[in-house]
Amino acid sequence: MLDPDRGLSLTIARVVQRLQGSSLHSQLERQARVSLHKPEIKLESLKEDIKDFLKTSGWEKKLQNAVYSELNVFPSPCHPAAPPEHIKEPLAYMRKAQGSWEKRILKSLNSMCTELNIPLAQKRPANEQKELLNKWNEMGTDEPDLSLFRPVYAPKDFLEVLMNLRNPNYENGEQPSFRNHLGLIQVPLKVKDIPELKEGFSELGLNIGQLGIDDSAQVPPEFFENEHVRVGQKVLAEQDSAAAQQYVRQGCPTALRADLWALILNISNQPEDILYYEQLKSNVIQHNLLVDSLIYKDVKLTASNDDYYFVFEDYLYQVLLCFSRDTSVLEHFAYSSATPPKSYIQGKLGMEEYAVYYPPNGVIPFHGFSMYVAPLCFLYHEPSKLYQIFREMYVRFFFRLHSISSHPSGIVSLCLLFETLLQTHLPQLFYHLREIGAQPLRISFKWMVRAFSGYLATDQLLLLWDRILGYNSLEILAVLAAAVFAFRAVNLMEVTSLAAAEAVLADLSTLKVMPLLQIFLFATVT
Amino acid sequence: MPWEVQEIVFRNFYTAFLSVRVQRPGPGGSRRWMTCLRDLCLMPCPHTEEGSQDYFCLHRHQMLCDVDQVTAMRFILRQPSPVWLHFTIEDLQIFPPGQKSPQKDFPSWLSQLTPPEQPASLHGELPDPEKVSTEVQQMWVLTEVIRARQAAARIGRFDVDGCYDINLLSYT
Repeated sequence: MLDPDRGLSLTIARVVQRLQGSSLHSQLERQARVSLHKPEIKLESLKEDIKDFLKTSGWEKKLQNAVYSELNVFPSPCHPAAPPEHIKEPLAYMRKAQGSWEKRILKSLNSMCTELNIPLAQKRPANEQKELLNKWNEMGTDEPDLSLFRPVYAPKDFLEVLMNLRNPNYENGEQPSFRNHLGLIQVPLKVKDIPELKEGFSELGLNIGQLGIDDSAQVPPEFFENEHVRVGQKVLAEQDSAAAQQYVRQGCPTALRADLWALILNISNQPEDILYYEQLKSNVIQHNLLVDSLIYKDVKLTASNDDYYFVFEDYLYQVLLCFSRDTSVLEHFAYSSATPPKSYIQGKLGMEEYAVYYPPNGVIPFHGFSMYVAPLCFLYHEPSKLYQIFREMYVRFFFRLHSISSHPSGIVSLCLLFETLLQTHLPQLFYHLREIGAQPLRISFKWMVRAFSGYLATDQLLLLWDRILGYNSLEILAVLAAAVFAFRAVNLMEVTSLAAAEAVLADLSTLKVMPLLQIFLFATVT
Repeated sequence: MPWEVQEIVFRNFYTAFLSVRVQRPGPGGSRRWMTCLRDLCLMPCPHTEEGSQDYFCLHRHQMLCDVDQVTAMRFILRQPSPVWLHFTIEDLQIFPPGQKSPQKDFPSWLSQLTPPEQPASLHGELPDPEKVSTEVQQMWVLTEVIRARQAAARIGRFDVDGCYDINLLSYT
């Protein structure tokens, strides 16, 4: 807790520090210097005239967007006395749990390595490099023998860890009492209730137009759709990130979605970004990582088997292999509860000058990881732009879905939010499912960890992800999960086993996301 | 022996409300106990984790009474929720004026810019925009000055001298 003066100064200092030395900074300098030739810039009022010039030429807007992006991504500064690990995760027992979980993953990866006798990383021989470069655009045709590889972990392993999470300072008595939660998650995190969610998601209200509801065939487009598209085009013309983020809360028109998401995430695909992607590609060619095989296996098992996404198999390799080599992703560990795995090259353990992160981006993919990328392939076809969008989505949102933290958008909070919503608003259903040994979270966990990718139809999924971007939060995933249970409540009340409950909820591909959310939040009698 | 309090810094451990009383000379000269902080809310929702392990910093201008010539302090911790086993505050540090609290990752030039006289107390008011903008301009000038000393932007190298041969991950 800081007083407002100090907090503001710290935030400004941090944003300035982050932006200086960036390409935007040098572009602004260049523009300012170029503007000196213009007749309207006078020496007496140099500073004011240059500021006006930057405003009219749109450069101030770009700077605003960059500042807005920084404020969205990095948490507000806590007290200067707070150590870095506190910024990653304030609760000590959660840090410890994340550390143990990471150690398990490392052990699993190490044992796979020793069993298969494959190094974690090695340089590719020259002929192999040439071969890979030649078939870069069709890596999907490769059929390497991946039978010995197994995913490092699956979402259900992670759920077991979260179920066993306990606060040592909490009265976790054996006797059932008001202290014990009835669901699987037993940590007392603060989650929103329906009145708070209604306020937070007010733009999803019944009397406000939504794409996904008010653009259906029965509704004449003059009522909402035409005007909404017009406003969207205007937002794009203004190139204002904050306005775009507000706009997408009511959904993105399909034609404008790619540009709007790029605007919100502040991705402009400059030449240096394309160059950076090419550099990552050359890193992939040069070094062979064990993680690559895990990625191949994951894509083959998930996206390639999916009716909607199998066409994008090659794109997925091009994005995920480069993602593993991207050291800029390491920056997100400053505000993530996770820590990148470390290793030493050439077996020189303990010698700091030989210490490296493995993989270079510090993220070990798990079963289903490629599904984070797959939906984006519908929007972006240029590999470098697709890559940047995915990377930004990962460091803003997706990393929270597979690390243990107390953040309101972290997977633990989402699970607790889901269970609390279900318990409060469908108590009979919750009790029934619990009695038959079908704890609801066991079914919905995999939906939330993948942000529903692969479970919903793609157009519905993109409407959902519109709202994730618009509200800068993943809480909508938990609300949707509860809404799905509410929708199928009648069928679920009749099942008598976990397998039967899973069967009722196996196919979500026909669901319409926005009506479900609207009814659950705004039209359910509480 | 009596001292002046500028800042109190501590780490919370599941305390919901904090009151602070100080013993100082009152009107008429005799020592009295006065409340300088009443029921400051550290955990907005005491049954849940919010704020439970956060760092807090209290300045003299946030306090209800003067905190000079203090001879004793009393910290009263309240936690109405029965779900917690223990509650306390940790790493308590009290700073007299002139000694800044530890500010890691806080650029030194930033603290030098703060004007020596504090403005009138800002209980609930927003900071003055003119003052903030002059300070930001000063910061910008200094940023330019120290820019030369900044390290180059990230290169993106993950190997050591071209080598990235790894056999096993390290557990430490």
